[in-house]
Amino acid sequence: MNELIIEPGRVELNYWRDLWTYRELFYFLAWRDILVRYKQTVIGVAWAVIRPFLTMIVFTVVFSKIAKLPAPAAVPYPLLVMAAMLPWQFFSTAMSEASNSLIGNANLISKIYFPRLIVPAGSVITSFVDFLITLGLMGIMMIWYGFAPDWRIFLVFPFMFLAFAASFGIGLWLCALNVQYRDFRYIVPFIVQFGLYVSPVGFSSSIVPEKWRVLYSLNPMVGVIDGFRWSLLRGQTALSISALGLSVCGTFVLCASGIRYFRKMERTFADVI
Amino acid sequence: MTDPIIRVEGLGKRYRIWHQAERQRYTALRDVIAEKAKKLFSRRQRSEIRDQTSDLRCPTPARASQEDFWALKDVSFEVKQGEVMGIIGRNGAGKSTMLKILSRITEPTEGRVRIKGRVASLLEVGTGFHPELTGRENVFLNGAILGMRRLEIKSKFDEIVTFAEVEQFLDTPVKRYSSGMYVRLAFAVAAHLEPEILIVDEVLAVGDAQFQKKCLGKMQNVAKGGRTVLFVSHNMAAVQALCGCAIHLQGGAIKATGEVELIVNQYIAATSLGENRPLRGPVRIGDSLRLLRLEFNPNPAVSCAPLRFLIEFHTEHAMIISEVQVLFYSAQGVRVAIIDFRACGLPANLEAGHHWRGEGEISSLPFVEGDYQAGLYVKAGNFQGDLLDLASIAIRVRNTNGHVPAPARYRGLIELNFTAQFQASASACCA
Repeated sequence: MNELIIEPGRVELNYWRDLWTYRELFYFLAWRDILVRYKQTVIGVAWAVIRPFLTMIVFTVVFSKIAKLPAPAAVPYPLLVMAAMLPWQFFSTAMSEASNSLIGNANLISKIYFPRLIVPAGSVITSFVDFLITLGLMGIMMIWYGFAPDWRIFLVFPFMFLAFAASFGIGLWLCALNVQYRDFRYIVPFIVQFGLYVSPVGFSSSIVPEKWRVLYSLNPMVGVIDGFRWSLLRGQTALSISALGLSVCGTFVLCASGIRYFRKMERTFADVI
Repeated sequence: MTDPIIRVEGLGKRYRIWHQAERQRYTALRDVIAEKAKKLFSRRQRSEIRDQTSDLRCPTPARASQEDFWALKDVSFEVKQGEVMGIIGRNGAGKSTMLKILSRITEPTEGRVRIKGRVASLLEVGTGFHPELTGRENVFLNGAILGMRRLEIKSKFDEIVTFAEVEQFLDTPVKRYSSGMYVRLAFAVAAHLEPEILIVDEVLAVGDAQFQKKCLGKMQNVAKGGRTVLFVSHNMAAVQALCGCAIHLQGGAIKATGEVELIVNQYIAATSLGENRPLRGPVRIGDSLRLLRLEFNPNPAVSCAPLRFLIEFHTEHAMIISEVQVLFYSAQGVRVAIIDFRACGLPANLEAGHHWRGEGEISSLPFVEGDYQAGLYVKAGNFQGDLLDLASIAIRVRNTNGHVPAPARYRGLIELNFTAQFQASASACCA
């Protein structure tokens, strides 16, 4: 029989093993969130299609028809936007869901022990379901435009992982901060809105002037979006390795510091929430 | 078997309480930035070293005074394998904090706990139940939350459903359940937990009387099965029925520990001092309501004589008080009667910073002499719940005009006001 020792400052030396022990709870919480998400909505899953689809149309009209931004000749503009909408939509829903996740589960946190990391991780996974649906939409659009991808499409998986890591990292920061300072619930929608304009969702990142490119790539979503476009659209859009490297580093720092901060704050969640 | 399964050594938990003009449950970043800026200009160095881990309001506002509050201090005890230990004490004695530390929800500030075996804690019935999900889905979800494996839940599923008596409604969302069904299903899941150590907070006080009996029976089986149980309750009858030994907590420290009869009697004696004991300071109710006074006059009161009561609240924010009830308990924790103020002008819509005071009279208090406890049920703002042990009332025997009443213990709790006439006549039928 293993012995459990509870002491101040000793937040489970075996935290990561605990995380494994509680994996079932993780499945169940994610499963609950997915079930509940579509239960009392009239058109249910259709929301996951309509939102990105309408945004895509608006962006195509605004950026291509009105602003007349340049795009690679071989790629229809709607596909260019949609390939970016995929990771962006995932990132923004995952981030906002994760940042509210601890507050939303306050009753669990104050009544039951489990590694709190499960909660924001679960909401990122939940958002992944929407992502898969949007991916289907992308597939239909590619057929519609008769645009066949090539071998590069398999490289979308690492970029997916990168999107995961970025949204998880920032989600951890935001949800831990949200417990302490409730102002963050106003900051998150702002980040989402702001991020939509500073990330190359409606336009190609090649229109950003060369001297600003490095600074621009510090935004972890730049690498993710460029990567998605590059791998889904036969490499028709540019993918700068140095910019990608910066994005990967940025994501890693975000993730590592997010976990660190979360673990530090985790001990007092039950007292503060 | 003699080796302790739970060993608690010098356990302490400190909370920081901030006294600020505007107290909120959480900190706003706005305030933190404002305070930091103020400090920058006044260049005041703080010499105190703050403990990051148990700091409730993290950054120190310069002008706020702070106060340490030890919810638990230097608590040590041991529980042996198979023991059923009751934890009793007044509100604020540290019972809930102790359970929260033992179930790892919050960290202690000092001391150490060693636990051997799987712990399941039941601090609330139906934690994590989601109203949109069906009964079936909630059983699995709640089981997982309480730490059961999926296969374990599957194998006990039928048993759980039968226990809860909700077979026909398994595929109905629980938001359509009656509150009785909801509670039964929630408890049924919990009752089928099979950990080595079970930690239970005041959760048996749910459902109807028959279901409560069923729950007590289930708890007794758990105990007989050689598992260890820690049980917190205000219901002394339940503690005596279930536990072999008990701990009496007072003011965050252990007052006494030992055999259950002894401790319960001591506790009853200690809480029934019988004088008009004012509240030990304002009692916080939820975020923004405080109870300032709950008094009875006269106290000691006389059985079947009038009793006046006074209740006073203070609001920190504007709020609607929708329900207030005064609850009367016998010394054993059995609820005897309530005063429901919904008939007297509630719900009340109050501004911030108001005193709200009510006075009234019970024309004839029909309690048999003895010691009683008074508590409150409050539904106001976002708070809803019971507050027990707020005041005690001693009831003295009434003037009975010559005849000698039977001892109080034979007379139940209520003095009936009755009239009767007997007539003697010659009987014809049985002749």
